[in-house]
Amino acid sequence: MEIEGEKMFEVDLGNLMAYDSHYTIPSQQSREELVKECLQKGTELVQAIADSLFTLPSTEDVDGPLVKLPPPTTKLPREKHMPRPRPPTKWEEFAKKKGIIKRKKDKVVFDEQSETWKRRHGYDHANDEEAIPIIEAKPTDDPDEDPFAKRRQDKKGRVDKQEKNRLQNLKNAAKFGDLPSHVQLAATSLPITGTQAVQKKVTKDELGNVAGIASTATASGGKFDKKLPGEKPPKHKGKFRKFPPVAPPAANGKVTGPSEREQTEKILNKILSKNNHDILNVNKAVTVHNVKKEKNRRSDKSKSSATDKKLKPQKKPFKKGGSAKKGNPKAQ
Amino acid sequence: MSEFRTATTRRGKLELQKRAPKLIESGKKTLVLHGTKSSAVLNSVLTQIYHLKKQSAVKYSRKNDNINPFEAGGETSLEFFSQKTDCSLFLYGSHSKKRPNNLVIGRTYDHHVYDLIEVGIENFRGMESFVYDKKLAPKEGSKPFMAFIGEGFESIIGLKHLKEVLLDLFRGEVVENLNLAGVDHAYVCTALSSTKVFFTHCALRLKKSGTVVPRMELVEVGPSMDMVIRRHRPPNESVRKEAMRTSKDKPKKKEKNVKKDPLQGKIGNVYIPDQKIGEMALPNKSKGVKRERREARQNHGNDEHASKKKKGDS
Repeated sequence: MEIEGEKMFEVDLGNLMAYDSHYTIPSQQSREELVKECLQKGTELVQAIADSLFTLPSTEDVDGPLVKLPPPTTKLPREKHMPRPRPPTKWEEFAKKKGIIKRKKDKVVFDEQSETWKRRHGYDHANDEEAIPIIEAKPTDDPDEDPFAKRRQDKKGRVDKQEKNRLQNLKNAAKFGDLPSHVQLAATSLPITGTQAVQKKVTKDELGNVAGIASTATASGGKFDKKLPGEKPPKHKGKFRKFPPVAPPAANGKVTGPSEREQTEKILNKILSKNNHDILNVNKAVTVHNVKKEKNRRSDKSKSSATDKKLKPQKKPFKKGGSAKKGNPKAQ
Repeated sequence: MSEFRTATTRRGKLELQKRAPKLIESGKKTLVLHGTKSSAVLNSVLTQIYHLKKQSAVKYSRKNDNINPFEAGGETSLEFFSQKTDCSLFLYGSHSKKRPNNLVIGRTYDHHVYDLIEVGIENFRGMESFVYDKKLAPKEGSKPFMAFIGEGFESIIGLKHLKEVLLDLFRGEVVENLNLAGVDHAYVCTALSSTKVFFTHCALRLKKSGTVVPRMELVEVGPSMDMVIRRHRPPNESVRKEAMRTSKDKPKKKEKNVKKDPLQGKIGNVYIPDQKIGEMALPNKSKGVKRERREARQNHGNDEHASKKKKGDS
């Protein structure tokens, strides 16, 4: 920053800015006075900028004198990050290692077929494989193979390979955060601060499961549906509860699982065993007990103030008993 | 589906190229928007600042209910808008009982919120309330002068921050060459107290002074207002360091048609367009130059009389 004469203004000519760091506006005055004071001081500062601006060497132009401004001295933050150097592609790396130098190729090449000069690439280009009408057969050729189809196939393979390489190189560039400006990531171009990370891609298995569930939406539960190639049967059939047979195992010895009797016995043994305190969560039991007690106390209280309740309309006249007592003994 | 999306049209590609990070940036765009509630004062503040910066600003007119720049998660849609409009400065107006006429000025770096400062607007006078000679009215997009008055802009953190933000907001495009005839307006900011700043916009009247430097005169054209600093959030130190980076060397323009030769030194190719000598008019059309006469002389030797007759026949 420059310092202007005795008045000590800081002038940043690049931004056409001047700053007076010594003057303070006297307080306690009317609005008009204040504005007048500010404008007067502002005029001084603007004059200081003009003093250094109009004395710069200028070139005459049609519209007026042009002046070359010095770069701004006040540092302001950038809008975007600095452009990052592009990482080399796989070919560029290889070429560097091998010392291959890129040479310019002519745009036009001699075409053997028509004996004329044609462009190297694009429409009607020279030495086009696909434009050859006759391929001479060799004794080593496979008679079953169509040589034209093979050429087409080969070319397609090369084009596909190049596309694959291109995408791989772009992926690599994206990792470094330097895609060319006209290419963007398809999913999201920018993760925003407040949001979660980019949604995870649905895996093949998950997709299969969802498809399985969706297929059961028909009347037959998907039993008679046509299966797509590669489609898996639904993973979970939808049976959650098990009802073990009440009767003892059949004579043929076909046992599907433990009978009900066995199951209940198992549970009973656990409870009645010596170290049953392992199973019982004492803390939880105490809390449950306390809660129950509290509930009872409250219900007693409300009963005592029943006279007040009569005045109010009853909301649920046929309310069922407490939900705490619910349970299904058979399920276990 | 490919992971990458490429611009399909030339135009789209150009547009993206414009938005790509550059070595030397020329200016920031400003996004002007408001929250669910806004007051009449705030509306005019926003529109008038938008008019001052019309060449490089975008104004949103709808309510935005999910923007709270100072709260975590409240900047999400702000950052999205910033990316969508390619703006890195924003003005967000909101009006509430707790914070009446609230204006949040913020900047973004890489489309993430960089810093924020919140000011309350008081004593606002719009452009329409000033009377002045309309010839003086500043042109759109001309480079303004900035004047800051008061010790506080250096010593008090909030004011220092506000000064930087105001400079960034109003300085206009960063230019190398300036036309002196186009200098026509100035912003004057004065620190009244430790939290209050008087901001006004003036036109410049250039008067003859007898020297090269004209005498400057300020004519207030508005808007003018008092800004009372409320909350402010300075930038994260590491982000600040990153954002302040500048390139030392300028991007070189490719020099065309110039070669360097170790023996001959610098060699330049000069291409001259077709001269079209055949179509050129001769400077003087004397009698002897005319074609018929020349031909006649060749055919008939010295018999000029005959050639004249022939010409008359045809």
